[in-house]
Amino acid sequence: MKYDAIVIGAGMSGLAAGIRMAMFGKKVCVLEKHTIAGGLNSYYQRRIKETKEIAQFDVGLHALTNFATKGERRKPLTKMLKQLRIGYDEFELCPQSYSLIDFPGKQLRFNNDFELLKNEVYEKFPSEIDSFNKLVEKINNYNELDLNATYISSREVLNSILHNSLLVEMLLAPLLIYGSAWEKDMDFNQFVIMFKSIYMEGFSRPKGGVRTIIDKLIARFKEEGGELKFRCGVEEILLKDNKAIGVRTTKGEELFAPRVFSSAGLPETMELAKKEVNAAVGKMTFMEAIALTERKPTKSEFDATIVFHNSLEQYHYEGAKDFFDSRSAVVCCPDNYEMDNRDGHGCFRVTFMANYEKFKALDRSAYLEKKEEAFEQAMGIVKKLAPQYEFRTVLKDIFTPTTVERYTWKKHGTVYGSPDKIRNGKTDVDGLYIIGTDQGFLGIVGAILSGISLGNLYGLMESE
Amino acid sequence: MSAEEVKKVVLDIIADVAPDEEVSDINPAESLRDQLDLDSMDFLDIVMELRKRHSVEVPSEDYPKLATLNSCVEYLTPKM
Repeated sequence: MKYDAIVIGAGMSGLAAGIRMAMFGKKVCVLEKHTIAGGLNSYYQRRIKETKEIAQFDVGLHALTNFATKGERRKPLTKMLKQLRIGYDEFELCPQSYSLIDFPGKQLRFNNDFELLKNEVYEKFPSEIDSFNKLVEKINNYNELDLNATYISSREVLNSILHNSLLVEMLLAPLLIYGSAWEKDMDFNQFVIMFKSIYMEGFSRPKGGVRTIIDKLIARFKEEGGELKFRCGVEEILLKDNKAIGVRTTKGEELFAPRVFSSAGLPETMELAKKEVNAAVGKMTFMEAIALTERKPTKSEFDATIVFHNSLEQYHYEGAKDFFDSRSAVVCCPDNYEMDNRDGHGCFRVTFMANYEKFKALDRSAYLEKKEEAFEQAMGIVKKLAPQYEFRTVLKDIFTPTTVERYTWKKHGTVYGSPDKIRNGKTDVDGLYIIGTDQGFLGIVGAILSGISLGNLYGLMESE
Repeated sequence: MSAEEVKKVVLDIIADVAPDEEVSDINPAESLRDQLDLDSMDFLDIVMELRKRHSVEVPSEDYPKLATLNSCVEYLTPKM
């Protein structure tokens, strides 16, 4: 078969790139190894034994960042919807109630109105008011979209403006764990993108979870005449004279196209093309304990959407030394996005930084035991955060870095990919482009914008 | 196509590319970018739609000619 473009992976970036090219008459085929689309941000179902109900869980990010209200101009979210010709109302976005950065003796709340975070900083760190305003001014005037920017340490910038090291740690924690492929620190450019998308714009969740976005993207792609193949991985990216000419699938089929867009990750993609590449496999991997509870917590029991909990004054964002690092955790309660329905089961997702190699080395029974241990510790944190909430778990599930690897085929289950990003998407092979996580845009909106911009650039503009 | 018809074609495309914009309020002599929430990605869409719907090619060096509604009509009428 011959196409204008082949896209590897039906995640957010792959589907977005596919839609853009198909919209303007290109013949596009998206290949997905898994049976469900979404990639790193996907969903799965489990049956609750005692009630026989089917429960659906989101995997991946706890929130859609970059919240914008309908008609708000020049925002990444509205830009993305416009490019895909999806109406704002189609995602039925529910904004967060509020989220919490929870450190020993100090807490900072934020929601989708930046004033809340500002006031919290003023109240909890009164001596830092002027320096915090200075930081905000620097962020507002910063051109984070400059593709030629060189690496600047966020910690260095923050320490040069703010004086209180606890405030630095607290501001960094959510931004690091929601997107940094680097340990300990992040590029200031990425910090600015994250600061705007999380603190200034905020969190929301589509009604029905991430599946609502995925189903909409698939529907748009098919409407435009795109072809989507499930259970169809790529065995090899075919090259001729260092130019991509197509792929051979895991079914042994050869598909041809002058352009191949890969969301498989940079080291993974170059391996498929049988090319050497100087790109490290990221160190940041996570595990998550998910509890479906008999009933949702009431507002007085627990009303935060996401809690970034850290038990030390310093935030240790690094590959876990042990199986997982329970000194810090992100606790997400997907029920605490604004909505009227308080009926039905409650849900808690608790994420720990984890160690891929350690989990990989375990035999089956030791692996299950370790998962149990993580689950117990995770629920201990939930109990600490919501002491009034008495809950009974009706269904539990735990995933580890090896689970992520099994379903996403990302090396070592690294959800934020390689620390080596390719901002312009170009590889050493002509016609082979990197989209998604390893192109370097962050979050669900970022991944979709990555697919859109590279699909536009290499699939529509340069292909003329 | 008459100038009036070309104007309608352009407005229809803008309405599809930027569904939240009120196209009837556009001042034809003023820059489209200043009046509407259009960025370079949206301009690409306008150019692509012109090709898809009316087989008109707009090479990238001619993009500045699409700055206002009046200049669009002036530039596109002989081509359509």
